[in-house]
Amino acid sequence: MTGGFAGDAVRRLRANPAAVLALGVICAVVVATLLGPWLNPNNTETLDWLHVAARPGLQSAHWFGTDRLGRDLYARTLAGTRVSIAIGVVASILSILVGVSYGAVAGYVGGRTDHAMMRIIEILSGLPLIFFVIFLTVIFGRSESLLFISIGAVGWLTMARVVRGQTLSIRQQDYIAAAIASGASSGRIIAKHVVPNVIGPVVVYATLTVPQIILFESFLSFLGLGIQEPGASLGTLISEGVGEMEAAPWMLLVPGSFLAVLLLCLNIFGDGLRDALDVREG
Amino acid sequence: MTRYFFTRLAGAVPTLFIIITLTFFLMRAAPGGPFDQEQALPPEIAANLESAYGLDQPVWVQYGHYLKSLLHGEFGPSFKYKDFTVTELIGQGFPITLQLGLMAMAVALLVGVPLGTFAALHHNSAADYATMSIAVVGIAIPSFVVLPFLGLLFGVYLHWLPVAGWEPGSIRHLVLPVLALALPPLAYVARLTRGSMLEVLRSHYIRTAFAKGLPLRTVIVRHALRPALTPVASYLVPAVASILTGSLVVETIAGLPGIGRYLVQGAINRDYTLVLGMVIIYSTLLIGMGLIVDLLYAWLDPRVRLAK
Repeated sequence: MTGGFAGDAVRRLRANPAAVLALGVICAVVVATLLGPWLNPNNTETLDWLHVAARPGLQSAHWFGTDRLGRDLYARTLAGTRVSIAIGVVASILSILVGVSYGAVAGYVGGRTDHAMMRIIEILSGLPLIFFVIFLTVIFGRSESLLFISIGAVGWLTMARVVRGQTLSIRQQDYIAAAIASGASSGRIIAKHVVPNVIGPVVVYATLTVPQIILFESFLSFLGLGIQEPGASLGTLISEGVGEMEAAPWMLLVPGSFLAVLLLCLNIFGDGLRDALDVREG
Repeated sequence: MTRYFFTRLAGAVPTLFIIITLTFFLMRAAPGGPFDQEQALPPEIAANLESAYGLDQPVWVQYGHYLKSLLHGEFGPSFKYKDFTVTELIGQGFPITLQLGLMAMAVALLVGVPLGTFAALHHNSAADYATMSIAVVGIAIPSFVVLPFLGLLFGVYLHWLPVAGWEPGSIRHLVLPVLALALPPLAYVARLTRGSMLEVLRSHYIRTAFAKGLPLRTVIVRHALRPALTPVASYLVPAVASILTGSLVVETIAGLPGIGRYLVQGAINRDYTLVLGMVIIYSTLLIGMGLIVDLLYAWLDPRVRLAK
């Protein structure tokens, strides 16, 4: 990626107010989850028995109210958002690593290997993977490492497809021929010449993978298959909130709005980035 | 074409067989069993239960028995819901899940396609941007957030619709769940339709149709819609998957007695036969949709028909 290309992309992104706004909101949420514990006098564990299921209000000690156990909802929501974002980022990195190497190898080696590797992707994307993940988490215990692996396993398919498509065109370039002529090994060419040149699409699909994974994790947590008590992600908080929605609607509205806004902004930003870099799924 | 269809149909059988086999052995490989309780059963009772359900036999023998009963159209007895066969359990809930899913699919297509066409016809106008913004919202926000929010608004505050619950034959109880389930596929369909419609509208034969003086309506319905729907057709299988996945949570939130709850519950309880039954139902629905899509392609695009 040349400087001019990146510069053009930034300019085009700036011209898209929705994407800029979305990026601002994402940054604000991330900062809030990181600084939150210092700004809020309440922590996630203290049980405030005097204010059980208290209404939200700026005058009250609990801005966003409390839950049935008197725990501060603002602190819990921020902690849950932090967990959701952390899982989203880590699992995305996992799926990017797998997807990029898989796609680069398939595209560069080509021929029968490529055919077989793409066939595997085709079969996997045809399966409703979420059912398998539900299945795996239920059956083999709800460990967090399994959660990462199963979520990461779902996210890499699109990435692999995109990277392969890019690699196919890169392989035709003269500098690859030059690298081959100067005796570089295939592994070296993939690592040094192919991967750096697919960064653009990778960044785009990474930003679109993060919300997908956050959604997926909160879905699992909502079903009670993800993060376990006393830890909480947005999914678990929403699931608690649904149970209390008539008596204490803020327990649903606060984490629900956080998740909705976060996913919305990540999607808008990802779409904006895709348009700015002009990337299509290959 | 017919031959092509039957080849695909024959190809679906091994796929289903592999899925069943994989699920069967995965379930058995998992620690724990269907009769695990807080308090361990006396060994004699446990042995009796196991022999009654054939669990004392080698896994391969059990697998053979299971396949045999499947060929007879029997999913076997449920391990958790005693006195019920899996066929009965699924038979009770499936009509509700099916109704919910079909309605959601219908809403997604009947609203999504016109919406996408509308946006394409008003390309780059405020209406286009508004439609696409709504689509982003629909894609981004999961049904387990949308449904409780809708329930809060229309049920708890406005009292227009019931928040949850189910009465046979009552449409009012289905409005919110159907909306929540339909929203994500609706948004995708609108986006896909808009994208392909924009391309189709630029093609020469559409210009010819306009040049002949045909009214806009005729051009869209008779000439543009069919080719523009090809990407939508290929999205139908993921749409079914999305609706089935959504129904897992939507049915629980809305208190609908469909089959969604059986998958997670069954897996937690190690109710082997129930989970297998659910996996078979879901895979059959998805594979079946794939076959329908193949037929749709042929109908939408004559080139596919001629090539086969």
